[in-house]
Amino acid sequence: MSRAASTAIKPAGSSADRHGTRKALRHHRLAETFAAWSLAGPALVLLVVLFFLPVFAIFAIALTDWQFGASNLSFVGLGNFKEVFADEGFRASLVNTILYVVIVVPGTIVLGLTIALLIESGKSCRAFYRAIHFLPFMATLTAMAIAWEALLHPTIGLVNQTLAGLGLPTANWLRDENTVLPALAMIGIWQNLGYAMVLFLAGLKSIPQDLYDAADIDGADLWLDRLRTVTLPMLGPVTMFVFIVVALKAFETFDTVQVLTQGGPGHASEMLLYTLYRESFEYLRTGYGASVAVVFLSIVVALTLIQARVMDRKVHYQ
Amino acid sequence: MSTPHSQGLSAVLRHCVLLITGALILIPFVWMVSLSIKPPGEIFRASFSFWPQQFYGIENYTRALTEAPLPQYMLNGVFVCTMIVVLQIAVCAPAAYALAKLDFPGKNLLFAMVLIALILPHEVLSLPLFILGYQIGILNTYAALIFPYVVSPFGIFLFRQFFKTIPDDVIHAARLDGLSELSIVWKIMVPMALPAIIAFGIFSVVSHWNSLFWPLIAVRDQSLMPPPLGIMAFKNEEAGNDYGPLMAASTLVVAPLIIAFLSAQRWFVEGLTGGAVK
Amino acid sequence: MSAITIEKIEKSFCATPVLREVSLSIADGEFLTLLGPSGCGKSTLLRILAGLEVQTGGSVSIGDRVVDGVRPKRRDVAMVFQSYALYPHMTVAQNMALPLRMRRLSSWQRLPLLGRFMPGTNAVVEEIDKVVMRTAKALGIGHLLARKPGQLSGGQRQRVAVGRAMVREPAVFLMDEPLSNLDAKLRVQMRAEIKELHHRLGVTFVYVTHDQSEAMTMSDRVAVMLDGELLQVAQPQEIYDDPDDRRVAEFIGSPKINMLDARLREGGLADTAGTSFSIAGNIGPGTALTLGIRPEAFHLVDAGGRNVLTGAVRLVEHMGSDLYVHLDVPGTDHPVVARLLAERAPQIATGQTLHLGVKPERLLLFSADGKRLRHDHHRNATVLRIKERVQ
Repeated sequence: MSRAASTAIKPAGSSADRHGTRKALRHHRLAETFAAWSLAGPALVLLVVLFFLPVFAIFAIALTDWQFGASNLSFVGLGNFKEVFADEGFRASLVNTILYVVIVVPGTIVLGLTIALLIESGKSCRAFYRAIHFLPFMATLTAMAIAWEALLHPTIGLVNQTLAGLGLPTANWLRDENTVLPALAMIGIWQNLGYAMVLFLAGLKSIPQDLYDAADIDGADLWLDRLRTVTLPMLGPVTMFVFIVVALKAFETFDTVQVLTQGGPGHASEMLLYTLYRESFEYLRTGYGASVAVVFLSIVVALTLIQARVMDRKVHYQ
Repeated sequence: MSTPHSQGLSAVLRHCVLLITGALILIPFVWMVSLSIKPPGEIFRASFSFWPQQFYGIENYTRALTEAPLPQYMLNGVFVCTMIVVLQIAVCAPAAYALAKLDFPGKNLLFAMVLIALILPHEVLSLPLFILGYQIGILNTYAALIFPYVVSPFGIFLFRQFFKTIPDDVIHAARLDGLSELSIVWKIMVPMALPAIIAFGIFSVVSHWNSLFWPLIAVRDQSLMPPPLGIMAFKNEEAGNDYGPLMAASTLVVAPLIIAFLSAQRWFVEGLTGGAVK
Repeated sequence: MSAITIEKIEKSFCATPVLREVSLSIADGEFLTLLGPSGCGKSTLLRILAGLEVQTGGSVSIGDRVVDGVRPKRRDVAMVFQSYALYPHMTVAQNMALPLRMRRLSSWQRLPLLGRFMPGTNAVVEEIDKVVMRTAKALGIGHLLARKPGQLSGGQRQRVAVGRAMVREPAVFLMDEPLSNLDAKLRVQMRAEIKELHHRLGVTFVYVTHDQSEAMTMSDRVAVMLDGELLQVAQPQEIYDDPDDRRVAEFIGSPKINMLDARLREGGLADTAGTSFSIAGNIGPGTALTLGIRPEAFHLVDAGGRNVLTGAVRLVEHMGSDLYVHLDVPGTDHPVVARLLAERAPQIATGQTLHLGVKPERLLLFSADGKRLRHDHHRNATVLRIKERVQ
């Protein structure tokens, strides 16, 4: 085959051709855009209606004195927020929630990490132990709260019976304002430690064996040394992640308060989400409830943004 | 240095500690079951024994099933969870495909919206959603229990992550084979992403089966209540301190998920820890 | 029929050009290979042919039809992907049947469960099953139809991918590095099988690879691409013997061609590396040139002189029938590599001084801008060499 024939080049495309290509390209893009939006359209509409409009609405309502069912409302600016923060009940609720988080988060992390380390330190029965410790996280909390109520019952509860049997002081756990929050926190830890454990187990799995081998050769061959030189530093990012996730879950505690204490005695176990529910839907103080929601949202968003930064750092680790 | 002897010792120690913590974790479950088969007299005599002297299980469970419409609660739970998970997948999978594999103006904006929605705790939205439900007149119906959850930002996010790992060549092959974009979603992407779909399904079903907050707001009729709300109503109205039937009802509500969990542990752990375990 | 005409195709991603005015005609039934290093734009060109990507400028026709803007499905092309792109959740049979189902069944008939009861479905499905069975048998994978891709070896997956393309009986086969995920032995075997498939089907094949041995052994013609440009389109032997461009000469051939910079002086002599080569033809004195010498163009001579390179042996690689001798020649940047027949070369030791002669007609001349300069008797030389090889 001659060279001339083999590279036969047709005459250069006329301007009409070029126009055709542009049209084809535009058509292709349009088709893809159309396909994409018809696929994502339902999700978009629902996201707007079920998430974005409600968020705007909650901010708007928080600035009014609206009570659900009332036909008139007026703009009160930050009045609701002033009222919220002046309200003894809300302040108690905020303090209780923070206190609860401060107990639950370290408790969950320490127990979750310990159990994860123990499970990972041997080969046998791993799945069995993991299953047992994870069970509370997925059990219906409303039902389990009722079981806890029986356990914590002042006279017939197993907890007090055991304490009495050991000669220790007993308490009316859920009716005493000094013990009610620690008791709820204990349930919180019980429920979440399996979750922390699973996250830590995953973190432990991702530590490369090489590092342990290197530590062995470098002389850090005792269990405690390995823990200090390799395991704990490598778990740093996971721990930060668990910290935030458990904190978020603790902030969102509602079921146990609703089922067991209704915020009582007094305001001793009132927590943010319960306050939000009661003000909005039982007292129908809609504007007030909305401002509680705004405060709650601010805390959650702040925590999540911290989490996002932590996750960013986690990516850089790898 | 660790000798075989000390290794054996630490293994024993490991089992001891884990068995003890495990037992402590299980106490509420064990106590719940134990009380559910005891007669009132024995409950109030307060003994340590698990097994009752007089087996009262049949009476307690019968009362739980008849005095409270527990079967109705369970059916409500099954129906609502199924509807939610089916609708979520139907809405989220196509959107996730568009975000993962197609190029279109507004894509970044849409994804940003998904991420923002992911942050929002659903309880904060409950007030406007309640008003919305009231305005369109669906409060106190099944629809009220379902509609806030029809789109799941987490679902879109999870599916998108998974779809992104599917090579473009497969989609190109499917286009050459003549599939439309919608059939690529259902015939190629969803089957290939089945692990993610199952994990998400479990996550969704568990969280909605267990959820109390929204049902408490959305429905008043006993005949519409999902299990957690139903059992709370049962506690407040009927049973009070009558622990036997109450514990029987609790056991029945918790049992389905526990059984499912024990038979598919890995899937549950993956689903409930979401994208976190990777 | 299914000749392909590519006219002035341009493609840019975010203002970075990946294809610059590529024009190419592919004859009906031809096996054409797009050859080039990774990132040269060859896969993009193939995807434009398939309709998976749209060009920024230019036009593609398949048969007599301009296909710009035509969806991939409607182009009558089938494609085999580097990763095979099999659907992992479907069996081999389902993978192969899918393109036919999409074309021959209506969307009602394709409905799960219900589709079975639509009129005519069963007949079409049976026909599809027959085609799939026949194709699978022809490819030697008839016994694998019930398996899923995950349970197959690399070579078997490759066959399924080819089978999925074959069942449609397309006018054009597009193959994007289909052998690069196979081990070396299997690659040689599949090379022959694909060539045979081309003979049997007689349709147009466009084959993309970065592997020159695939290109040289399988193709009717090879199109060499570099940096989004088409450098030369020719028969494999011609690409090797008679490259149009320095970059083509350097890309094709292993070991790589030796390139020596030289300047032409009076009397048709080019000075380089301590020697001079006689250059025939009407090239003006003073011209800067590059002399390309294929490693096998060298032969051993006893003493230095005109047309002979002299240097110290740096390294000897024994390749069985051949020896690759690396020679440090004064005045060159890189060692000169010669490929000598083992039986004709005496014991060569490192450090030894060696004289390598080159016949003038085997020199490839390139101008400073990389274009090939041809001298008069080149054609004759090519003919001569072909005779040599025949002997």
